[in-house]
Amino acid sequence: MTTDKAGRVHSRGDARAHVAAAHAGKGQGPLLRISLYSLRHPWQASAAIGATIVASVLQLLIPRLLGHAIDQAQDVLSVGAAGAEQALFWSAMLLLGLSVARGIFTLLQNYYSESVGHHVGYELRLAFYDKVQRLPYAYHDKVHTGDLITMGLLDLDGVRMFFSTGLVRVVLLSVLIGVGAYMLLSTDFVLGLLALSFVPFVAWRSSVAQLTLRATWIMLQDKLSALTRVMEENLGGIRVVRAFSGQKFELAKFDVASKEALELSHERVGIRVRNTSAMTFSFFAAMGLVLWFGGNKVIAGEMSVGTLASFLTFMTILQMPVRQLGLMVNSFARASICGDRLFGFLDEPISIADEPGVPDLKVTKGTLKFDNVSFTYPGANHPTLDGVSFEAHAGETIGIVGAPGAGKSTLAHLIPRFYDVSGGHITIDGQDVSKVSLQSLRRSVAVVQQDSFLFTTTIENNIAYGDPWSKETKIEKAAESAQLHNYIMGLPAGYDTVVGERGVSLSGGQRQRLSIARSLVLKPAVMVFDDSTAAIDAGTEHRIRSAIRRYAKDRVTLVISHRLSSLLHADRILFLDNGKIVEEGSHEELLAAGGRYRALYDLQTRPTEDIEMGSAAQ
Amino acid sequence: MSAIEEEDREVAAFPGQRPPRASVGSHRIEEEVFGKAYDPKTVRRIWAFVKPYQTKIYISVGAVLVFTATQLAIPLIIGRAIDSGMTQGGNTTNLLWAMVAFAVAVLFNFAASYVQETEVGKVAENVLFDMRRAMFAQLQRVSLSFMDKTEVGRLMSRLQGDVNSMQEFLETSVISVGDVVLLIGIVVVLLTLDFRLGLLTLSTMPILFIVRIFWLPPAKRAFWAAHETNSITAGAMAEGINGVRTVQNLDRQKVNFDLYDDKAYNNLLTQLTGSRYAQVMVPIVDSLTGIAMATVVVVGGSLVLNGGLEIGVIVAFLFYIQRFFDPIRSLTMQYSIMQRAMTSGRRITEVLDVPVSIADKPDAVTLTRDMDGSVEFKNVTFGYREDNPVLKNVSFLVKPGETVALVGPTGSGKTSAMSLVHRFYEVQSGAVMVGGHDVRDITQESLGEQVAMVLQEPFLFTGSVFDNIRYNKTSATLDDVIAASKAVGAHEFISRLPGGYDSVLEQRGANLSLGQRQLLSFARALVADAKILVLDEATANIDSYTERQIQKALLTLLEGRTGMVIAHRLATIRGADRIIVLQNGELIETGNHDELMEKGGLYSKLYNMNYASFDDIPDEVVAQANAKAAST
Repeated sequence: MTTDKAGRVHSRGDARAHVAAAHAGKGQGPLLRISLYSLRHPWQASAAIGATIVASVLQLLIPRLLGHAIDQAQDVLSVGAAGAEQALFWSAMLLLGLSVARGIFTLLQNYYSESVGHHVGYELRLAFYDKVQRLPYAYHDKVHTGDLITMGLLDLDGVRMFFSTGLVRVVLLSVLIGVGAYMLLSTDFVLGLLALSFVPFVAWRSSVAQLTLRATWIMLQDKLSALTRVMEENLGGIRVVRAFSGQKFELAKFDVASKEALELSHERVGIRVRNTSAMTFSFFAAMGLVLWFGGNKVIAGEMSVGTLASFLTFMTILQMPVRQLGLMVNSFARASICGDRLFGFLDEPISIADEPGVPDLKVTKGTLKFDNVSFTYPGANHPTLDGVSFEAHAGETIGIVGAPGAGKSTLAHLIPRFYDVSGGHITIDGQDVSKVSLQSLRRSVAVVQQDSFLFTTTIENNIAYGDPWSKETKIEKAAESAQLHNYIMGLPAGYDTVVGERGVSLSGGQRQRLSIARSLVLKPAVMVFDDSTAAIDAGTEHRIRSAIRRYAKDRVTLVISHRLSSLLHADRILFLDNGKIVEEGSHEELLAAGGRYRALYDLQTRPTEDIEMGSAAQ
Repeated sequence: MSAIEEEDREVAAFPGQRPPRASVGSHRIEEEVFGKAYDPKTVRRIWAFVKPYQTKIYISVGAVLVFTATQLAIPLIIGRAIDSGMTQGGNTTNLLWAMVAFAVAVLFNFAASYVQETEVGKVAENVLFDMRRAMFAQLQRVSLSFMDKTEVGRLMSRLQGDVNSMQEFLETSVISVGDVVLLIGIVVVLLTLDFRLGLLTLSTMPILFIVRIFWLPPAKRAFWAAHETNSITAGAMAEGINGVRTVQNLDRQKVNFDLYDDKAYNNLLTQLTGSRYAQVMVPIVDSLTGIAMATVVVVGGSLVLNGGLEIGVIVAFLFYIQRFFDPIRSLTMQYSIMQRAMTSGRRITEVLDVPVSIADKPDAVTLTRDMDGSVEFKNVTFGYREDNPVLKNVSFLVKPGETVALVGPTGSGKTSAMSLVHRFYEVQSGAVMVGGHDVRDITQESLGEQVAMVLQEPFLFTGSVFDNIRYNKTSATLDDVIAASKAVGAHEFISRLPGGYDSVLEQRGANLSLGQRQLLSFARALVADAKILVLDEATANIDSYTERQIQKALLTLLEGRTGMVIAHRLATIRGADRIIVLQNGELIETGNHDELMEKGGLYSKLYNMNYASFDDIPDEVVAQANAKAAST
C-alpha cells in the first residue's frame, strides 16, 4: 500500500479487498477465523513467530552461558590461569552477542506481532464500517447504536490483539517452558522438577485471576457507565434539578452509584493483590528449594556452582512469561467471545442491495406510482401498509395525513428503499425501484426526515452532505429557500460555524430547516417531507413552501404533516388509516365530503375552550 | 430546484478522490501535555484529599521500603550462601543459615507486597471517588450562570479523565518511592560488594539515562499521535453509526468509506510508528545488560584470579544486573505521569474553586405550603452581563391563584423573568418576592419545593417512568403518581408501555414522543404539588391529538395554583386571567385578552397578524407593529 504526498491512501482497491476478505473463513470458529485473518499477512506473521522462537531460545541460552562462565571463573582458582582468562573473555563476548541478538529478536517479535494486529484491526475496521453503512434500516431498527459502537471498538480490539497477546504468546511459552524444561531436566532431573514446580501453580492462579478480573471488569464498566449517566444527566438537566430543588436527591443518587463502583474497584484490587502475592511467594519458595537442594549437591560434589546459578537464572527468566499466562488465557476467552459477535455482524446478510448489473434509474417525466403496495414490519402481525395505490406526476404536491401509526412515514421510507415492500410495486417512470441501482434511486428521491442527524462539521458541509462537490452558491440558495440563510449569516463564523455534537447546537426547528436545505441541494425528482416541519412555526413554514414551490414544477412532492395548514396547498390529500387510503381529494373536496378529514380539521381549528364548553362550531 | 442551477453534479475525477468538503467524524484534539511536573500549589490541594488516608499512605511507604529491601537482599543472600559453604565438601550449617535468611526475606517480601499493593490501590480509588464527589457537589451549588457558559462535555472530562490521571499518579508515586530506593540500594550494594567492579558495571546506567532523555520526547509524541488518531477513528465510526440513516438517505456511503479509510489508515501508520518507538528500547536495554554482564565476567573473572573477589559476589552481581534497568524505565515514565497529574490537578481545583455566588443567608426563612402564593416583581433590573440588562425596571404582581401569561417576541426577557422567580440568577436591582418574601431571604430548597417549573424542552432521566414522575418527592406513592398521570392524561399511554410505570426510559426517554415526554414533565410538576407553577410552553408542533391533551393537562395543572406561563399558543394566552406583554426587557402592556385587544397596542397588532406564535414574528414585523401601536 502506498501513500501520496499529502499522506493520503489511494489504494481504494486494497480497501475494498479488505472488506471482501472479511468473509474469509465464514462458518469456522472465531479463533480459527482470526488466525486465518492474521495469515493474510504471511510475511509479517511468520517474521513474528520466527523471531519469537529465536528470541526464546536465545533467552534460554543466557543462563547456560552464565553458569558456564561462573564455572570457568571458579576453575581459574583450581586449575590455574593458563588459558582461563582467554576462555572467560570468549564467554563474555558470547554473552554480549547473545544479549544483543536476543534484544533484536525480541524487538522483531514484538513489533511484527503488533504490526499484524494493527493491520488486522485496520482491515476489520474498514469491513465493519462498510457493513454498518450497508445494512438497511430494518437492521438498525433492531440493534441499539451503543451495541454497535461497543462492537466496533471493544470487540474489534479483542479480535485484533489476539495474534500478539494470544497466538504469539502460545509460541513463546511453549518454547520457553518446553525447551527450558528439557534443558533443566536433562541436566538434573530432581532439581529441574523443583525449579519448575512453581510453573503449574502460577499458571493456574494467573489464569483464574485474569478471568475473574475480566468478569469483574465488565461489571465495573456497567457500574461506571451508570455513574457517568447520573453525572451527565444531572449536568444536562441542571435546570430541572434546580427547579425541583433536587440537589440533595441527586447527590444521593451519585453516592449510591459511586459506592457500588467503588466497592467493585476494591474487590478488583483485592483479587489482583492476592494473586500476585501468592504467585511471587510460590516462585520464591521454589527458588528456596532449588537453593537448598542444589547447595547440598554442590557440597556433595554432585553439581557445580555454575550449574546451580544457571538454574536460578533460568527461574528468573521464566517467571515473567509464566505470570503472563493468565493474559494469554484471557486473550483466548476474549477473542472467542468478541470474534463470535464481530464475525456474526460481518456475516449479517444485506437484504437491500443491488442485484449484479442493475441499470441506473432514468428519470424522464417524473411519475411516481404506488401499485397495491403492502408492507409489514419484520415480526409484526399486522401490515402497516395495506394495498396502497396512487399516482403522482411531476409538479404535483400530495399531502398525506392520518393518526400516528397510520403508516405515513413507512410509506415515505419505501420509496428510496429504506425498506422493501412486502407486496405490490413502487415505480418511478415505470421502473420498479427494486430493479434500479440503489445509488441512482437515492439520489433521485430525497426524504426530509423529522429528526435528521447533524454531523460535527461546518454548516456548509452539513448542507452539502449529500453532494460534497456542490458549489457554494448552490448551498446558499438551498439555505435561503429553507429560510436558514439569515440565521447562518447572523452567526459569527457564518457558514463555517461548526455544528453538531461538539459544536454549536441548533434548535429543533433550525435542524429541520437545515435538513430541508440538505435535500434541496440534491435536486431530487421526488421529495418527501416526512413531518419535517413539525418544529418550524407556521409562518416560516409558509415561506419555505413558497420558496420551494417556485422550483417544484418538475418534481413530485409528498408532504406528510400533522398540521393541516401545511397541506392546504396540496393538489391532492390522502387520508391514511390503518395502512389504507380511506379518503382522497383536494382540501375543499375532503371538507365538503364531511368525513374523517373534516373531523380532524374541526378538531384543529376550534379553540380548546369552545370544546370544553360544548358549544361547538358556530 | 432544477431551475436554480442546471449544471450537473460534478463527479470525482478519479475513483477515491476525496471531495472538497471532506468530513467524517469529530474529535476534539486535546492539547499535548508538556507542563510542569511539580507545582506546589496544586500538590497542596491534592494532598488535602489524600490527608484523610495519610496513615495508610505511611504504612504503604513503609511496606514499599521493606519490599525493596527484600528485593535487594535476596541476591545478596544467594551470593553469601555460595561463598560461605558452597564448595565441594563445604559447610552445610552455613547453607542452612543462608536458607533461614532467605526464608525470612521471602516472607517479608510477601507480606510487604501484599500490604503495599492493597493499601495503595484502595487509597488511590478512594481519593479518586472523593475528588469526583467534591467536584460534583460543588457543581450542584454553583450558580447557573457558570453552568450556562460551560459545556457539559468539558465538565465530564474533569469528572472522569482528570480524576483518572490523578489516580494513576497516586498509584505510581508510591511505587516510584520504591524505585528510587531500589536504584540507590543497587548502587550502594554493588559499590560495597566490590568498588571497582561496581563502578564499571554502573557506568552503563548513565548511558541508558542519556538514551532515554533523547528518546522520550519523540517517543511521547509518537504515542500521543497514535492515541489521537485512534480517538479520531473511533469518533468517525461512532458518528457513522449514529448518523447511518441520514448517510443512507443522502447516499453518502462511498464518500464516507473513503474518508474513513484515510483516518483508519493514518491510525495504522501512527500505531506502527508508536510500536517502533516502544520496541526500539528493547535491544538497547538488552545490549547494555549484555555489556554489564560481559564486564562482570571478564573483570570479575580476572579479579577472582587475583584472589580479590569471591565467586558468590559475581553471582550476586549477575542477579542485580537482571533488574538493573527496571527502576530507570519506570522513573522516566513517572515524569510524564506527573506532568499529566499536575495539569489535571489544576483543572480539578479550578472546578472546586468556582465561587458559589448564590447561597442561603444564615437566617433564611423556610417557605411553607401555607404562604399565600403571590409573586411580585418590584422594579427588577437584570442582565447576564452587568452592562446589558435583559429586564429593565419591571414591576408586576401575580395574585394568589391567578394565571398570568407572559407574552413577547424572542429576546423580550420572558425566560429570564421566569428564572428569577426560582432565583437561578440574582437581580441587579429591585426584588423578586414570592409569598411576600424576597427570594434572597428564603432557603433555596424550600423555594424549589413551593415553585414548580416546567421547561420548554422536557427533560427526562434514565430510569423508570415512576421514578421520573416522582423525581425527588420520595414521599409520593405509586397511587399519587398514577393519580397525577391520570390528571394530565398520561396514564393511558403509560399503561400501554410494556412495563407500565416500571418501564425504563432509555436515553432520556428517546423511546417516547415529544408530546408524551411533555405530559410526563407535567405529571412530575403535579406530583411536586407546589403552590406556584412556572411554565414555559413548548413551541414545537405536536400532532393534534396529543396537543389537545396537553392543553387540557395545562388547565388541570394550573387549577388552584398561581401560574406564570410563557405562552406561545393563542388558546393558552386567551385562557389566562391576565397577559403581560414584554418587549426588549420592558413591560409595555398588561390586561386580559379583551382589554388588550380593545387597547389596540402591540398585543392586538401581533394577534391580528395570525402568526401561530409570538416568538416567531420577525423583528422587522414587530418593529412595524410597534410603530403602528405608537402612532395610534
